[in-house]
Amino acid sequence: MKIGVLLKQVPASDSRIKIADPQRGVALDDVKWEINPYDEFALEAALALLDAKVASDVVLLTVGGADTEQRIRDGLARGATAAVRLDDAAFGGSDCLGVSRILAAAVKAEGITLVFAGKQAIDGDNAQVPAMVAELLGWGYVGEVDQLEVTGAGAKAWRAAGGGARDVVEVGLPAVIGCDKGLNQPRYASLKGIMMAKRKKIDVKGAGAIGVDAGSVGASAALVSETNWGEPPARPPGRVLQGDDAARVKALVAALRDEVKVI
Amino acid sequence: MGNNILVVAETDDGAVKKTAFELLGKAKALAASTGGAVHAVLIGDGDAASLGAYGASTVHHASGAAFSHYNPAAWTSAVQGAIAASDAGVVLAAAGPQVRDGFARLAARLGAGLATEVTELRAEGGAVVGRRPQFAGKAFSDVVIRSAVALFTVRPNSFGVPEAGGGSASVSALAAGGDSKEKVVGSEEPSSDVVDLTEAERIVSGGRAVKSAENFDKLIRPLAASIGATPGASRAAVDAGYAPHNEQVGQTGKVVNPSLYIACGISGAIQHLAGMRTSKVIVAINKDPEAPIFQHATYGIVGDIFDICPMLTAELESA
Repeated sequence: MKIGVLLKQVPASDSRIKIADPQRGVALDDVKWEINPYDEFALEAALALLDAKVASDVVLLTVGGADTEQRIRDGLARGATAAVRLDDAAFGGSDCLGVSRILAAAVKAEGITLVFAGKQAIDGDNAQVPAMVAELLGWGYVGEVDQLEVTGAGAKAWRAAGGGARDVVEVGLPAVIGCDKGLNQPRYASLKGIMMAKRKKIDVKGAGAIGVDAGSVGASAALVSETNWGEPPARPPGRVLQGDDAARVKALVAALRDEVKVI
Repeated sequence: MGNNILVVAETDDGAVKKTAFELLGKAKALAASTGGAVHAVLIGDGDAASLGAYGASTVHHASGAAFSHYNPAAWTSAVQGAIAASDAGVVLAAAGPQVRDGFARLAARLGAGLATEVTELRAEGGAVVGRRPQFAGKAFSDVVIRSAVALFTVRPNSFGVPEAGGGSASVSALAAGGDSKEKVVGSEEPSSDVVDLTEAERIVSGGRAVKSAENFDKLIRPLAASIGATPGASRAAVDAGYAPHNEQVGQTGKVVNPSLYIACGISGAIQHLAGMRTSKVIVAINKDPEAPIFQHATYGIVGDIFDICPMLTAELESA
């Protein structure tokens, strides 16, 4: 079985985000990039199936420019067997549906039967692409999964159902699984893995190679646009309570009850 | 598509969820500007007519066995049917696991634009524009959707629940169903019956300074229980095993929006702040007066959580 892992690079979660231009977006020149944390759970899920010989190949799929190759190398160093970077002038400015069309076409072109993706990327926080890829392919989809069993024919997945409840869901292959924290403990790359990754080739493919209609992706096809970027609204200044512990606790309860009326 | 607004009303154990009333209140205000009517699609068993009191003129009701557990085929066919029946140009739903799943599928199926987790909605030139946090709230942007049907998911507690009015809604049954590729073969109830973090009005969170899972049970959970709050945790506390991962608040956990957030022994790392900074009132209890959390707190107590939390629990229980 050939497994695809959707891999995105994002600014590290401890990055400060500054607005570059209110109409265009954030300044990302100085940030440290990392693999989207939820994609790390997706990659680990795939590598575990490779170790168990349920999977024969683990292919990384990334939409992006050459600047993403360091993160792709990281994924290869951890044990992925191949990588395709999806890059074409026609892809620029895609919204989530456009990115999903690119990825769905690549999944089909690569002959993949099971896709793991992070439940969302921590930059845009859209949480749209995994389900969209499944819908476009006509495949099953289970998202926000934190426990998983895969056999050759299907998967049993535990998905968040709200309020801490979980649904246990069975889905046949082909399918897309959206991965949440708790699913596994992602491995680090070994020194041997890092050396081997240097020799692995990252394929670069454009619209023609994966068979996606260039008119259905990119800025001209985007239905959702983002403008008027800004910092989060400023919080009103607060106050540090004074006195001994008992006095401060009483003052806090009084303030919560009478001043801001939240209890 | 028309200028009507459709609200997806979810149910829980036979009752309409309060997020539905919150969305209807906002839809009513938007429709007053855009000149449309407000419709609702009620999914699952619940009192459909009651939605009229919050501004729905028509309720399309999908109920029955197909809606007892989330079934993506039935759910999306119900919403798709309601979009057609209501001639809606804008569809609103509360962000949650089922809606995230169903709306992304629908957007791909209909070729419709989707904006998730918006915290503001406004009418502008006859269209509805959203505003949403990105990078877990480190930045915000407007979102403009140019497809004939625009889908928005709204972060719970963004608008508040309006007062019920005297309106009534006409109710029509919606034929919806379908076999999903995904079969629910079981369900696991949560270990406690508290509200989900993402919908909670009150949250009490513990951080690294809690030092152990036993202390978390001793300090944080009773404090939360004293005010009916949902317990939360920082990434440091979750990674150290003090609390389960589904209680993590922050950029790689849940992003929350309560009226009251009490942070106990949490320093306020940027990735935690990102997950809770929109809380209306923030209380910080921390030994370190220099902890960044104090910069964001409405009320701060510089002190030891092992002293303060039990005193606060007792005070709240007697209040």
